[in-house]
Amino acid sequence: MSEKTVKYFLIFVGALFLFTMLILPLTLVAFEAFAKGYDAYIAAISEPFSQKALYLTIEATIIAVVLNTAFGLASAWLLTKYDFSGKTVLGSLIDLPFAISPVVAGLFFIMLFGRLSPFYPILSEYEIAVVFAVPGIILATIFVTFPFITRELVPIMETQGRAEEEAAATMGASGFTIFRKVTLPNIKWGLLYGIILCAARAMGEFGAVSVVSGHIRGKTNTLPLHIEILYNEYNFTASFAVASILVFLAIIILVLRNAVEWRAERSGKYGL
Amino acid sequence: MAYEVELKNINKHFGDFKASDNINFGVKKGRLIGLLGPSGSGKTTVLRMIAGLETPDSGDIFIAGQRVNDITPGKRGIGFVFQNYALFRHMTVWENIAFGLNVKKEDKEVIKKRVAELAELIGLSKFTDRYPMQLSGGQRQRVAFARALAPSPGLLLLDEPFAAIDAKVRKELRSWLRDTIHKLGVTSIFVTHDQDEAVEVADDIIITNKGRVEQAGTPAEIYQKPLTPFVADFIGESVHISDYTIFKGFEEEGEDHPGIIRPEFIDIGIDEKEILMPLSSERGVVKGTYFRGSNVEVEIEVKGVILRGNRSLEKPPLKKGDKVFALIHRIYSFSGGKTAVIENKSKRKEYVII
Ligand SMILES: Nc1ncnc2c1ncn2[C@@H]1O[C@H](COP(=O)(O)OP(=O)(O)OP(=O)(O)O)[C@@H](O)[C@H]1O
Ligand SMILES: [Mg+2]
Repeated sequence: MSEKTVKYFLIFVGALFLFTMLILPLTLVAFEAFAKGYDAYIAAISEPFSQKALYLTIEATIIAVVLNTAFGLASAWLLTKYDFSGKTVLGSLIDLPFAISPVVAGLFFIMLFGRLSPFYPILSEYEIAVVFAVPGIILATIFVTFPFITRELVPIMETQGRAEEEAAATMGASGFTIFRKVTLPNIKWGLLYGIILCAARAMGEFGAVSVVSGHIRGKTNTLPLHIEILYNEYNFTASFAVASILVFLAIIILVLRNAVEWRAERSGKYGL
Repeated sequence: MAYEVELKNINKHFGDFKASDNINFGVKKGRLIGLLGPSGSGKTTVLRMIAGLETPDSGDIFIAGQRVNDITPGKRGIGFVFQNYALFRHMTVWENIAFGLNVKKEDKEVIKKRVAELAELIGLSKFTDRYPMQLSGGQRQRVAFARALAPSPGLLLLDEPFAAIDAKVRKELRSWLRDTIHKLGVTSIFVTHDQDEAVEVADDIIITNKGRVEQAGTPAEIYQKPLTPFVADFIGESVHISDYTIFKGFEEEGEDHPGIIRPEFIDIGIDEKEILMPLSSERGVVKGTYFRGSNVEVEIEVKGVILRGNRSLEKPPLKKGDKVFALIHRIYSFSGGKTAVIENKSKRKEYVII
């Protein structure tokens, strides 16, 4: 086989794979969503429980992204700008959510905050509900998405080294000034990219959230959970209609992602 | 004696590795010091400790009479030029130079004037809108220099300031840097592993080896009176001799007579007329000649030992296999672990005869 044949063969296989695994399902989602007409679609997505699920998803995503951005910056800074013993252990711990199943992570929160937890008496005394409530959903989302930003930042910060920060320090800049004027501008595209990945994952999170949620409609259902419930009730049209919201959000994320990548590449000539 | 910078009994470990071993030296105000030593000898470590980027395990560091061990880098009044410049990549040349002044919250007009002045000094007035990536290595080096100088530090520290620059530009930059530093009068310490660079640029040289200071002095002192075998060997081009007593004029009793001979200690002549003192000379055979631009390096074999000497381009050329006279004027002896310069004894006798 010539070089060219191999190339076209691989392109064909790739395209076929993408078509069956991605394009086809997405088209079917759209198809199913509109199966009972436009009005039914609008009705399904504007139904209060769907709306509530959308808000909860957005709420959990925003909180997870904000907290994980802070955490990701802090941990990446720690891992790349300082030497200390246990550095590799910390690095592996940060990767833990990637390694363990989300369902296990969910169970972990149930153990920590649920009825079996040693903290349960205190929590119930102050009437703080974590599991089967919104805080649990947010915690689970944070847990599952926290490695993204760190993982995106560490390689960038590692190749950039500490020299620029040290240079700023010798000129008398404070830690905060160094971060704001030197570090942040150098990592901003990587950081944005990490934030986008984190947001995408947070919106779609199912496993861990499913365990801690308790599936209370209008209260603790996120979009993915709501979709599953509708589906299990054989309410296919509504289920696919709500799913289309997630698909739509995913497309926005994809566009943002490409925009960021494009900008990052363009700014590459300044050495990012 | 008042020193601008002084290090007293400085020790520093990285894990089990001793990077600085009881370092002591002082630098007087306005001097330009070259910290010279082989790779890994701890030069950068010393510089970083002075800057406060590394903390010594023990010992004291004084800058302008003040003990600075517990003072942060930003308050030590130093400027640091990093080996790879460490320019702020997302800032223009202008913003880079202005950074230190902005941090100090200087008046806007003052900053403007100072940056313009420094851009002029480094000859990059036209390039102040460029980003570091859009500059050549030599230009970046100068920006790093201007950035370090902008807040008017009392002490300038430069880590291998020319390492990443090609040979020709390096030569120009060296003399430019030396002249500029002298003009400004700022006390400076620069690190290098290139002895030509140290000799050419520095007022005084401090030689480091394995975390220790081997010798400090002017280039001429270090060159003419090396105190340790390491220095004698490291400075200049040296050929090691395991026993120098085999050569005419260096006969001695006893054992253990290692030493070194530098090319400039040897005259190589094609005949008796050229060498002037044939009786004190050894006979040798040319093993090879190497054109060195301003002269020719000649490799000869004398009594089974390979020696090197330089020969002027004005003299008749030598070729491999030629029989020649080699007059060894002097040798650095390491006999008994001490360094000493030994002159050719038979030369004196020959003078008497003539
Ligand atoms: N942060 C560090 N951690 C561990 N070892 C270090 C560290 N910095 C330096 N060293 C070690 O200390 C020794 C001296 O390093 P230093 O950078 O001071 O050498 P140098 O004289 O500047 O060498 P070069 O000419 O190669 O730059 C080296 O053996 C190096 O491996
Ligand atoms: Mg070094």
